Amino acid sequence: MNPVILALRDPQSLPGWNEPQWEMLVRQARSAALLPRIAMLLDECGQLDRVPSAPRAHLLGAQRLARAQADEVRREVAFLAQALESTAVDLILLKGAAYLFARLPAAHGRVFSDVDILVPRAALPRVEAALMRAGWATSHHDPYDQRYYREWMHELPPLRHVARGTVLDVHHSIAPPTGRLKPEPAKLLTAAQPVPGQATLKVLAPLDMILHSAVHLYLNEELSRGLRDLVDIDALLRHFSASPDFWPSLQARATELGLKKPLQNAARYANRILATPVPAELITRINVLDPLYLRALQPQHPAASDRFTALARNLLYVCGHWLRLPPALLAYHLSVKALRRPEPPAKTGR
Amino acid sequence: MRLRTGPIVTRIRSELPAIAQALGTVYREHIIEAPDTFADFHVRVAHPAGLRRWLKPQVVFEFDGAPPFLPLPAEQAFAILEWGLNWCISANCHHYLVIHAAVVERSGRALLLPAPPGSGKSTLCAGLVNRDWRLLSDELALLDPLSGSVVPLARPVSLKNASIEVIRRFAPGAVLSATVHDTLKGSVAHMKPPGEAVRRALEPARPRWVVMPRYQAGAAAQLRPLSRGSAFMQLAESAFNYPVFGRQGFELLASTVEACDCYEFTYGELESAVGILAELAAEK
Repeated sequence: MNPVILALRDPQSLPGWNEPQWEMLVRQARSAALLPRIAMLLDECGQLDRVPSAPRAHLLGAQRLARAQADEVRREVAFLAQALESTAVDLILLKGAAYLFARLPAAHGRVFSDVDILVPRAALPRVEAALMRAGWATSHHDPYDQRYYREWMHELPPLRHVARGTVLDVHHSIAPPTGRLKPEPAKLLTAAQPVPGQATLKVLAPLDMILHSAVHLYLNEELSRGLRDLVDIDALLRHFSASPDFWPSLQARATELGLKKPLQNAARYANRILATPVPAELITRINVLDPLYLRALQPQHPAASDRFTALARNLLYVCGHWLRLPPALLAYHLSVKALRRPEPPAKTGR
Repeated sequence: MRLRTGPIVTRIRSELPAIAQALGTVYREHIIEAPDTFADFHVRVAHPAGLRRWLKPQVVFEFDGAPPFLPLPAEQAFAILEWGLNWCISANCHHYLVIHAAVVERSGRALLLPAPPGSGKSTLCAGLVNRDWRLLSDELALLDPLSGSVVPLARPVSLKNASIEVIRRFAPGAVLSATVHDTLKGSVAHMKPPGEAVRRALEPARPRWVVMPRYQAGAAAQLRPLSRGSAFMQLAESAFNYPVFGRQGFELLASTVEACDCYEFTYGELESAVGILAELAAEK
């Protein structure tokens, strides 16, 4: 079994590992953005002090970075709430920021890259104008990208704050309106719950939060972070499934929102890969995509890849687009993307 | 090979002769660890795939299979490795406060030289370590949050442009890698750290002085007191991961400048500059 997956499933076993095993774990967990999560799991079961000093230094460093990112997300959300105060629009936090403000275990040791929020589509112009006044500017200046997001996607092109450099994704739905999944945003907005102690902040209701996470994985929006998404799903399911009637309610809500397939997909791979307890009826079916998902959801690292891994990720990327765009648009979009120069990595450092 | 530089072990792979040659020159006295030693980073310098290698060859630095920055012309192979190693530490070693500064030591007391590029920090550092100061680091000061000490790296000193010739004349015994021209920073050569610095690379030192150097052609060497507040701000701005440390970073830097005498240092000529800092070290 992959060392990162083993560490997530059974952190108690880690202190017995030798240095080469630790090295492989640190390398792969770093690539998969899961190093702070593993540090936190070890910390919670009281084993962090027993880790050999060289890998422990990286675990502690990753934990420190994750805590700093969480603080940054808290500050950023405060700035957002202030910027949107005059619009009287409810600010619904999604994904990492939501787990953090709802104080869920899914936020522990999570790496944050940006803040995601959901607002009603009708409020978008007001929201965007208020954000611009407060310093958020669009990061995609290419007219094609603007059109891709604005006409076909469920979010605005990512906004970047001119002074702080932080990135914000403004969603008006959790799936693209052009796609095959059509959860009604109004249902999600109505069910959203206030964050205790925060007057203007909300998060999705627990079941919707899980379903959103499942949709994110199903549409393969960030497959390179697929395992991280699965860890979110695992943490949410384990936390919320403690309440009675959880599974029937979750399945009923999935049916109501037209999200049965994403839920089955998430439950299947969370169970197969992370041993998440899931009712049998959600996972018995054979899935032809198993060979693709079971590869793509490994950490993105050369040592966790075989010769089919890149192909599997590419196929799922196309599948994700297939679910997001109707065929004619998809063909057009992929041809524009294929003809374009690849985006360069960061500039040469010091 | 698994190269130890102070607390950091890096597994370096490369088939490029230029890399092997430069490593054999400036890392000659470093420890190569056994294959089962934990390596903090796995890096590789190689030609990128594609036809271009036959026309205008390039080199790419890979960190665990992924390149953090764009390829450079092939002549800059060793420079991209050194810059890549700096990146590995500044982007990943959050168990230290990583400050862009040179650090040298005498009698257990560390002298920190934080400064922007072009200030003559590396030249001064190379000069000092050829005159009885021990090299801890030329580029990255690793401040240990638990002990408040600076942990050495004892890696080569990076010299640019006119500094290369200045150091050759100042210390004819210094061992330098081949000079590479036309990099982003002009001409670059790396000076082998003195053997003593490498042998004592696990021995930390407590900060005693913060000196902000500024090279000014023709200027007489002059050491002027700097307020602790200004020194603090300079260190905070030079720290790559200051925000990661939050309040702990503030307290760490505050106690660092508290324990230090802080100066601004203008100099125009290396010999007298080194002389003045030797006097500073001789006080008390």
